[in-house]
Amino acid sequence: MPSFATFGNELYTGKRSYNFVGAKKIWFIAAAVAVALSILIPVAKGGFNLGIEFRGGSEFTVSNVKTTDATVGEEAVTDVVAGSVPRVANVAGTTMRIQTDKLTDDETLRIKEGLTTAYGVTDNEVTSTFVGPTWGADVTKQALIGLVIFVLLAAVLMALYFRTWKMSLSAIAGMVVTMFVTAGVYALSDFEVTPSAIIGFLTVLSYSLYDTVVVFDKIRENTAELDASTRRTFAEEVNLAVNQTLVRSINTMMVAILPVGAILFIGAGLLGAGTLRDLSLALFVGILIGTAATIFVAAPMYAWLRQNEPDLVRQAKRVEQRRAAAERSAAPAEPAQA
Amino acid sequence: MARTGPKKPGLRVLVWLGVIIVALTAVLAGGTLAGKASWAPKLALDLEGGTQMILAPKVEGGSDINEEQLNQAVAIIRQRVDGSGVAEAEISTQSGRNVVVSLPGTPSSQTRDLIQASADMNFRPVLLNGAGAAVPEESRAPEDQLPKPTAEPANSSDTNWITPEIYRQFEALDCDNPSQDEQERSDPAKPLVTCEPASGNNPAIKYILGPVEVKGSNIVTSSFQLQQGAQGAVTNEWAVNIQFDGEGTAKFKEVTERLNQFYVAAGGESGNDPKAQFAIVLDDQVISAPRSLAVITDGRPQITGGFTEQTAKALSDQLRFGALPISFEIQSEQQISATLGGEQLRMGLLAGLIGLLLVVVYSLFQYRALGFVTIASLVVAGILTYLAIAILGWTENYRLSLAGVAGIIVAIGQTADSFIVYFERIRDELREGRGLVSAVENGWKRAKRTVLASKAVNLLAALVLYFVAVGNVRGFAFTLGLTAIADLIVVFMFTHPTLQLLARTRFFGEGHRFSGLDPKRLGAVPLYRGAGRVRTPEDRPAVAVRAKNAGATAEAERRMTIAERRLAQKQAELAGSSKSAAKENK
Repeated sequence: MPSFATFGNELYTGKRSYNFVGAKKIWFIAAAVAVALSILIPVAKGGFNLGIEFRGGSEFTVSNVKTTDATVGEEAVTDVVAGSVPRVANVAGTTMRIQTDKLTDDETLRIKEGLTTAYGVTDNEVTSTFVGPTWGADVTKQALIGLVIFVLLAAVLMALYFRTWKMSLSAIAGMVVTMFVTAGVYALSDFEVTPSAIIGFLTVLSYSLYDTVVVFDKIRENTAELDASTRRTFAEEVNLAVNQTLVRSINTMMVAILPVGAILFIGAGLLGAGTLRDLSLALFVGILIGTAATIFVAAPMYAWLRQNEPDLVRQAKRVEQRRAAAERSAAPAEPAQA
Repeated sequence: MARTGPKKPGLRVLVWLGVIIVALTAVLAGGTLAGKASWAPKLALDLEGGTQMILAPKVEGGSDINEEQLNQAVAIIRQRVDGSGVAEAEISTQSGRNVVVSLPGTPSSQTRDLIQASADMNFRPVLLNGAGAAVPEESRAPEDQLPKPTAEPANSSDTNWITPEIYRQFEALDCDNPSQDEQERSDPAKPLVTCEPASGNNPAIKYILGPVEVKGSNIVTSSFQLQQGAQGAVTNEWAVNIQFDGEGTAKFKEVTERLNQFYVAAGGESGNDPKAQFAIVLDDQVISAPRSLAVITDGRPQITGGFTEQTAKALSDQLRFGALPISFEIQSEQQISATLGGEQLRMGLLAGLIGLLLVVVYSLFQYRALGFVTIASLVVAGILTYLAIAILGWTENYRLSLAGVAGIIVAIGQTADSFIVYFERIRDELREGRGLVSAVENGWKRAKRTVLASKAVNLLAALVLYFVAVGNVRGFAFTLGLTAIADLIVVFMFTHPTLQLLARTRFFGEGHRFSGLDPKRLGAVPLYRGAGRVRTPEDRPAVAVRAKNAGATAEAERRMTIAERRLAQKQAELAGSSKSAAKENK
């Protein structure tokens, strides 16, 4: 059985190689299409499914209900506020969620009582939340500010660490693709956008850059003394580095995604909508896309950004010459020095 | 990292880690025994149940709020919440812009109103004062002796403000047991019956005050200092200075002109006419009621009399709150039942546990026996994180929220990644033909940098999120940062030293099939054949090159990894042709 370790060996030596850098046009087009779709999907659907934190209003959660009948909850609300249209949903197991427009304190208390009797639960099994319409917008604004600060600082950090702004730029390009596509999938899934989902997005960005840093570190190592070598061109070295870290990328992705998947599919299934579910979907998608974006977008882009540097062009020419020479002098006794 | 002796490298570091863990446990145990800490981490309201309100302070006039003002806002709210008798309330600022109030249970609507109301400070003249206790029923003034206003009051100090009704209210008021129900704000144009609560050695005093004369918003600033004597020498008396704006200066001059007449008429220093006093009223409570010893024309009165440094500072701070008409708007309010919170925590932990189990299975599958190192490292990281959270809960009042739990679960994956990076590097070194001991050392040297660089990105994200974000984002960011640090400690102080030790065992060192570090499976060719014996030149792949290419090829050859060299050799043996090796992917 060809084991994963063998697979890793072959990737390491170059015996097995995937052409991530060479086929960059395909990946770039695919990424561009994915980003375009991610922008179009929410537009076509009429925006994201915004959570109550962004719409403003009141929300009740009733645990351990005797019945999961939605009309019971609707009546409990309309009894207090005639003409209101509450959104009642069975979120998981024996938990009901009732969302209404903004209520006064008095109405909130009366609806709470009504729900307690209607669903046959005790007083402390009903949770109520009121959210002002500016709250979610506030969270988003702060998250965006945080995002900008983080990206700027991370860009500087990476540029300093790798000593080239081109790596920094490529890493951020990969992150931007990750961000858009994750948001697109989120819109497609019709999950509610809540502050937890926003946390998820921010974490995904950090994961995306983290993943890129690890791969780029290997690229830097492989290309450190490139000008003294004629074995591979710059693009080929980058591609080899990506291949050599492929096992790491897959293992890391798996290990990161397993706990998140456990929350998403097990925890959220039992628990229903809430902090954990929104967060884990964003993370689940983001980690997958983030890993792919490093391999298919960030690394090829870095090779592409540098391909016209005079030094590298000269080096590529030397590689060509040596290969041509090796070809010409081909003799059975001579091993290929590729 | 500490250099370790040749015999048992890594052991010393492991001992140090043990010392750290024991020390942290001892700290926590000590705190618990002293009754201050607890073994269980403190839970945030979303897990424990209660009410959380997020308030946005609004300064009158719409100007932005600065940090000092926000801290004052918190002080105002704390005073009000404490005053309303709610125990264990937590009030904190968030991201320098919001105030978060967390209360156990459900607050009454009075408490809510009170929390939202703007700070209300003003100056009222005193009409009458008395001891703080309620006048006993039997000794209250009979009906015919009640004050009867004879005319419309001419100014704020006019005793015609005192109607029989107000006088009755004054008699009945008990400052030692103030009722919590009557929290409605007074009308500034009407007289007010209120207390100066007892403080220090001073008993409570109750007052009838005239209508508002100077508003708190007329205060520009206030400060406190040691009073200067007549010769300019500093005395031991603390004094509070107020500075009024133009409008305040004019009004205060008018007030002190009137009040000073009462002071002089009553005999100056020895006199005792309450009408010579003006009361500083904050949220309808008197915080100080000095007498007007002089007419203040420059809008810079100084209050003296029996202050300590602390009381002077307190009054000065309060005066500055008064200068800030801050009100609060509830941005979000959450009432969480303890049932729901507990349920969420249980499910979250269950999901985390399952996730952890999957990680364990996966790493055993991928890394065989080495997977146990991952598991042990995760356990150590878990212990460190737990200790940190429990100790921070004690010292910093850090509370674990659901978002924080999510942060920890997410961190499992990110923590395990450091080991993956490290293990893969060791495998790379093994593939190059190194022995395990040197593969561990070399792999570590290279992995260390990568781990540090990538963790720096993680920490940066956690820091930015923590300082910029609002709401439950912070709890998440905090745990994310915490676990990133725990991870670094574990990689440096546990995983690496453990591998150094394991590399010397037979099981790992000889590359057992299940060790996860089997050089054969990793396709390695040994670089060293036993101690000190390096591969002989005959082992090198035979390379024949044309003279003109010799330099370049030798250079390229030097740059090849051993595995590549071996591959090239194999290909040379196999192939009659010299078609280029498969690794070229043009």
